[in-house]
Amino acid sequence: MIEIPVIRWGQPYESMDKEPVVHFESGEELAVVHQANGGLIKMDMRKADKARDILRQFSVEDLCDMAGKAAEFYMEGTLPLGSGTQSPQDFCKMQSATTGLPEHMCAGNMRKNAYVLQHMKDVLQALTRRLPFEILTQGYGTEPGGEVMMSYQANTNVVGMVLPSNSPGVHTLWMPVIPLQIGLVLKPGPQEPWTPYRMYEAFAQAGVPREVMSIYPGGPECGAAVLETCNRAMIFGGTATVERYHGDPRVQAHGPGFSKILLGDDMVDDWEKHLDLMFDSIYVNSGRSCISCSGIWASRHTEEIADALAQRLGPIEPKPMSDPDAGLAAFTIPGAAEAMHNQIEEKLSEPGVTEVTAKYRTGDRWVHHERHDFLRPTLIHSESPDAFLANTEYMFPFASVVQCPQEQMLSKIGGTLVASCITKDKDWSRQLLDATNIDRLNIGEVKTIQLHWMQPHEGNIIDFLFRNRAFQNSPPPAH
Amino acid sequence: MSANLEQLTTDARKRLDEQTVRITKLHFDPQEGAPYWLEQAAGYDFDPLKDVNCFDDLKKFPLFEDDALRGGPVTRFLPKKWHSEPRYVFETGGTTGVPKSRCVVRDHWIDYEEFSKTLPDDKFPPGSNWLMLGPSGPRRLRLAVEHLCQHRGGICFCVDLDPRWVVKLLKKGDVQGAKEYADHVIDQAETVLSAGHDVKCMFATPKLLEALALRLIDKGSSIAEAGITGIFAGGTEFTPQWYRFCKEELLGPDVYITPTYGNTLMGLACGKPFDPADNYKITYYAPQPRAVVEVVEFDDYSKVVDYGETGRVKLYTLTEELFIPGFMERDEGEREPPHEKYPWDGVSGTRPFHELAKATTVGVY
Repeated sequence: MIEIPVIRWGQPYESMDKEPVVHFESGEELAVVHQANGGLIKMDMRKADKARDILRQFSVEDLCDMAGKAAEFYMEGTLPLGSGTQSPQDFCKMQSATTGLPEHMCAGNMRKNAYVLQHMKDVLQALTRRLPFEILTQGYGTEPGGEVMMSYQANTNVVGMVLPSNSPGVHTLWMPVIPLQIGLVLKPGPQEPWTPYRMYEAFAQAGVPREVMSIYPGGPECGAAVLETCNRAMIFGGTATVERYHGDPRVQAHGPGFSKILLGDDMVDDWEKHLDLMFDSIYVNSGRSCISCSGIWASRHTEEIADALAQRLGPIEPKPMSDPDAGLAAFTIPGAAEAMHNQIEEKLSEPGVTEVTAKYRTGDRWVHHERHDFLRPTLIHSESPDAFLANTEYMFPFASVVQCPQEQMLSKIGGTLVASCITKDKDWSRQLLDATNIDRLNIGEVKTIQLHWMQPHEGNIIDFLFRNRAFQNSPPPAH
Repeated sequence: MSANLEQLTTDARKRLDEQTVRITKLHFDPQEGAPYWLEQAAGYDFDPLKDVNCFDDLKKFPLFEDDALRGGPVTRFLPKKWHSEPRYVFETGGTTGVPKSRCVVRDHWIDYEEFSKTLPDDKFPPGSNWLMLGPSGPRRLRLAVEHLCQHRGGICFCVDLDPRWVVKLLKKGDVQGAKEYADHVIDQAETVLSAGHDVKCMFATPKLLEALALRLIDKGSSIAEAGITGIFAGGTEFTPQWYRFCKEELLGPDVYITPTYGNTLMGLACGKPFDPADNYKITYYAPQPRAVVEVVEFDDYSKVVDYGETGRVKLYTLTEELFIPGFMERDEGEREPPHEKYPWDGVSGTRPFHELAKATTVGVY
C-alpha cells in the first residue's frame, strides 16, 4: 500500500490522520493519504516568503526550461510517490480508478498538462504581451528599446490552489505559477491526489527546489486555511462557491462555465455543416468541463438540430474505464448522479421542454451501480430561453438546444465562459465582442473545448498575480 | 487486565450500580421526584422504583430523545426536592428554534470539582489565575470554568464568544465576517494575557487556542512566553493530529494540554493522561458514577461493541439533578478498556457520527 505524506515546503510529513483513496468500482484501497490540519497550514504559511526568495535565484527562462524537463518526467518517468513509485501508466489507471474518468481521457489530460509545461515560455510571453521577464523578477525595468519605466509587483509570494476531485483537466491553470517565481500551495481533491504529487515530483526532478512547494491533503478546514493564508488563491466548486468569493480580489473561484454555441441567423440554415462541432463540444471529455458545451442557441431549426444531435448522443453507453472508446465518466460520489437525474426529470415538466435523447436511448439515463453511477447523454429541446434546463450545466454530456431570437441571445445567455459563435454577421459580431458576459469568445468554427493555451482563461493569471503600478527612480521629464 | 485493575473495575461497577438505584429512586420519588419522569413512569410496563436494581436495568427505559429538553417548564427534569433552591438554566444548540435547556442547582460545580482532581498541580498551580476563552451566554461552560478556577483558588478572566452568531455567519457564507469576529475575540484574549494578570491556566476551544497561539507567534511571543503552563480544551476537533501539532509546534514542550469531552447533559469526561506509547490517541473516560459513556452498535443501541470496535456514543447521566437513562450522542468512536485512573470503559477517536456528520457544522469556535 502506497502511503502519501503531506508535503510541507518540500519536507514529507506523516500525519496521525490518514484517509484511503479507493477504487470506485472495487472499493480497493489504492493509497493512503496523510491528512494535514488547518493549524499546520497556517503555521507553514508564516514561512511562505522564502518560496519566492528561492525561486528568484533562478531566471524565469531557467524555470521555463525546468518546466519543459518536468513535462518529460511527468509524461515518461517512473517517479517516487510517497512510499512507492508510479509509472505514467499507473498514473492513468489510478486517476481513472478514483475520479471515474476513462483512462484514455486521463492520458489526454496528461498530454494537455505536458503541452503547457513544454510551451511555458511561449505561454508566459503571450500572457505578458512579451514583457521582459526580468521586470517580473526585479519588480521594475524598461521595455526593450523603450524609455518608459514599468513596474510589475507580485501580489503574493505563494498561490494557493484548492483543487477538485472530479476534473483532472484544471491543473493547467497552476502550471505557470512556479515559472513566475511564485511558491505553490496545493490542497488536492480527496480523490485526485495524483496530479499534484506527480507534478511536484516532476518539477523537483527537473531541478526546481522542493522548498517552494507544499501539498496539504485534508478536509474542508485545510481548504479554508489555504484560502485564508494565501494572498492569491484559486478554488474550484459549484455556483455557490463562485458566488461566495465574487468580488474577493484574493480568490479566483472557478465553477460551472455554462459554455454555449450560438448559431447566427446568417448561418443557421447550414446547421448540418456544424454538427460535428456541436457534438464534440458537448461530448468530448465526457462533458465534464467548464468549457464543455451545455447550450446550443438558435432562432430556428432548433428541433431538427436537437434531433440530429440526439441520434448521435442517445445511444452512447457506459464502457469499461480501460476501453479506448469509453466516452462516459463515472460519478463516484454517492447520490450525485441520482440528484442530477431527479432534477432533470422534475424540470422536464416545464412547458416547452422536451428530452430528445430519450427516444434514441435504450434504458434509463441514470445507470446505478453499487459504488458508482453513470448518467447517459441527455439532450433537451427548449422552446424558450427562460426554462430552467435551458441554461443549466451538469457534469456529463448534457445540453439544451434553445430556441431564441438572435437579438435576444446576448441578454438571455447569462454568464458564459466560452461562447462559440457561428456567424459572419459584422454587426452581431461587434455586439458579441462587446458582450461582457462572455469570457472566452470564439467567432468562427471553433469548438468550445478547443483552447489555445497562449490565451488567458477566466482572467489573465498575470493580472491575478502581479500588479502593474508606477515606479520611478529618477524625476520625470519636466512639463 | 491486572488483578489490581480488575478489582478497581469491580469496585467501580458496584458504585455505579448503587448510584443507579439511588438516583433512579430520587427522580421517581412520588413526592420529591422530577415531574417529567413521574409523568413518563405512568406509561412504563415496569416500576422504576422496584425494577431498577443495577446499571444494566436502565436498558428497560426507552432511549431518551433530547428534543424533550426544548422549551419549558425547564424545571420539569429537576427533582422537586431542589425546586426551592437557587437554580440556573443552561442551554445548548439554539442557532435556530428553541434551544435545548437543562436546569441546574449544583451539578456544574460538582462536575468541575471532580475534574479538578485530575489536573496536575505543577501545570495548573493552585492559586493561579485563569483565562476562559470560549462561549459564555446561556452555556454553562463559563460558570463551570470560573468555578473550577475559584475552587483552585484563582480568579478567572473571561472572553466571550457567541457560537450561534458564528454559525449564522458561516451559514450565509460570510467567512470574512466570521474571521473578523474571531480576531475580535483573540484581540481581547491577547489583551488579558498582556495586562499583568498572572494568568497561568486556560480553557480554550481548539480553534481559539490555535488562533491565539498563532497571533502570539506572529508577534514574536508564544503561549509559553505569555505565562501559560496548563490548558484544557475540548470537542471533536481535538484530534490526535491536532494534539500532536499542539505539543510539537503550537505550544512547545513546556505547556501542558489535556483534552476533555462533554456536554451540558453529561458533564465533563477526562482524557487519559498523555503517554507517548499511545501515539497521541485520545481516550476519554466519563465522570463515573455521575455519568457513563458506552460505545454501542450502530444498528442496536442496546449492545455494547467489543473493545477496540467502533460504535455510536451513548451517554447516561445519573446525578441528583438530572436522570438520563441512555441518550444517543451525535458522535461515534472506539470502545476502550478501563484504566487504573479511570477503572471503567472509555471511548477514543470521537468524531461526528458518520450519518449525521454531513449536516453538522462542527467547531465554529
